[in-house]
Amino acid sequence: MSALLEVRALDVRYGGIVALRGIDLRVDEGEIVALLGANGAGKTTTLRAISGLLPIRSGEVVFDGSNLRKRSPDAIARLGIGHVPEGRRIFTRMTVRENLELGGFAIASQREAATRIDDALAIFPRLRERIEQRAGTLSGGEQQMLAIGRALIARPRLLLLDEPSLGLAPLVVKQIFEVLRDIHARGTTIVLVEQNARAALALADRGYVLRNGEIARDDTAAALAEDPAVVAAYLGGE
Amino acid sequence: MIYTYALVAIAACVAIERFHNRRAKTAIVLLLAAFLAIAPRFYGNDAVFSVLADAAVYVMLALGLNIVVGFAGLLDLGYAAFFAIGAYTYGMLASPQFGLHLPFWVLLFLAAALAALFGALLGAPTLRLHGDYLAIVTLGFGEIVPQIFQNLTKYTGGPNGIAALDVPTFFGHSFGASVMPYYYIALVGIAAALWISRNLRESRLGRAWMAIREDELAARHAGIDVLRSKLAAFAIGASFSGIGGVLFAAKLALVSPDLFGFQVSVLIVSMLVLGGMGNIVGVVVGSLLLTIVNSALLPQINSLVDATFHTTIDLSNLHFLIYGAILVGIMLFRPEGLLPNRERRAELHHAGEAAGDA
Repeated sequence: MSALLEVRALDVRYGGIVALRGIDLRVDEGEIVALLGANGAGKTTTLRAISGLLPIRSGEVVFDGSNLRKRSPDAIARLGIGHVPEGRRIFTRMTVRENLELGGFAIASQREAATRIDDALAIFPRLRERIEQRAGTLSGGEQQMLAIGRALIARPRLLLLDEPSLGLAPLVVKQIFEVLRDIHARGTTIVLVEQNARAALALADRGYVLRNGEIARDDTAAALAEDPAVVAAYLGGE
Repeated sequence: MIYTYALVAIAACVAIERFHNRRAKTAIVLLLAAFLAIAPRFYGNDAVFSVLADAAVYVMLALGLNIVVGFAGLLDLGYAAFFAIGAYTYGMLASPQFGLHLPFWVLLFLAAALAALFGALLGAPTLRLHGDYLAIVTLGFGEIVPQIFQNLTKYTGGPNGIAALDVPTFFGHSFGASVMPYYYIALVGIAAALWISRNLRESRLGRAWMAIREDELAARHAGIDVLRSKLAAFAIGASFSGIGGVLFAAKLALVSPDLFGFQVSVLIVSMLVLGGMGNIVGVVVGSLLLTIVNSALLPQINSLVDATFHTTIDLSNLHFLIYGAILVGIMLFRPEGLLPNRERRAELHHAGEAAGDA
């Protein structure tokens, strides 16, 4: 297997405050990798640095052979990295269709964009029912589906998901994770940031545990789920 | 008389907003265009058409600013600077100032290009700023540009400005003292500005602007080049006011720094707020209403008051008070403007219509 994404010695700072220190990550093609950790450990920061939304202080981010360090967020998106941000960030005042169309912004051909929107709607039939509805009127789960659907329009090779289960009812979370499994089965590599560590480890192949901006542990998902320290810290003592 | 024209235009705009049938809309637009083109032959006088020509220039300015503020969501409080750049382009290149007498028609386009260039120059370093910070920087730019024109006395005539600008000609026929040519050129200008605005709104760039206005971060995630889209908004918006500036300067045959101060920027922002930011038709209505208030209603009330009470009050000093009152009133009673665009209406009244026009 070859590394699709490789992060080496990544340092990110907010002003003087160190957010990430010497992060090393590797994501192989076809994997699902979970990033776990407490609030403020640096999970979201890691994703944002990969997407080019935060300046990298030192270190390298290499995606499919290209160094992302000096690239703009839109260029990185065009290279094939999709990012479903924390809190979904859908365009609430636009319709579902307009949201999906914006996901295909970089696609020149109208027909191609329409096909891809159709594909996304096949994954999320609920969105098809609400296609002309304003996105802000959707339920939380539907909004999350729209956020994922919007990212899929660009057909990313790597999908970064930031807390897709946040604020959703358990049943809806289950649906979302089933969809992620489905998306992965269609050939998309996934990096998943989750508070819901149990669900994330059940889905993922491997996981990294972040603590205070550093990688505290990395292992297979199964091993992490068995580890007493991880269980105590993130899965609620059992 | 002036009110007849303004009311016809505003009524037509409201009708266009109300009708949803494409053909009906087109018919109204054509009827209005025919009326505005033909009626002056039968009805009105120079004073009326002078005000209408000014109104038309302001409509163009408002449409330009609407691209920046209404479409892309970038609050620009120094828009008058680009108006000044357009006007001074004509002032310096078609007057005895340097003995240059470039043709009016060439300068129309040159001024648009120059204004766009300065729009991009101002935009490049500042568009990383957001919201209030961008507003403050543009406010500063709006103050600096007239100051520069005022202090470069050698080139711009300083505080006195440049007078005796060339009277434009059309295939050898001088415009003379008539205001009609300016009225008609401005009408064509508005038609072009409307057409460009509409097409831009529906274009890829327009969708990028809409996304940036809604959520810049999400727009980035969607692969939109935010900085370049913003720059385009600044440059295109500025180019409209460049053309407006040439028309304004040629009609007045004069440019001076005090014509392009902060009050002009505020006036145009007020037009947008009054009419409904982002909605092209709303912006036209807003700018017509405010120009009529400024150029017709206020002077008339002024002379009425003076005649009745034998006073010599100058109501034109009260412009800011009036804009202020209008802005406060709009914010209280109809924050989305008179004819809002649908996103803004949705934002400000989302509770009620939730799944409304699905």
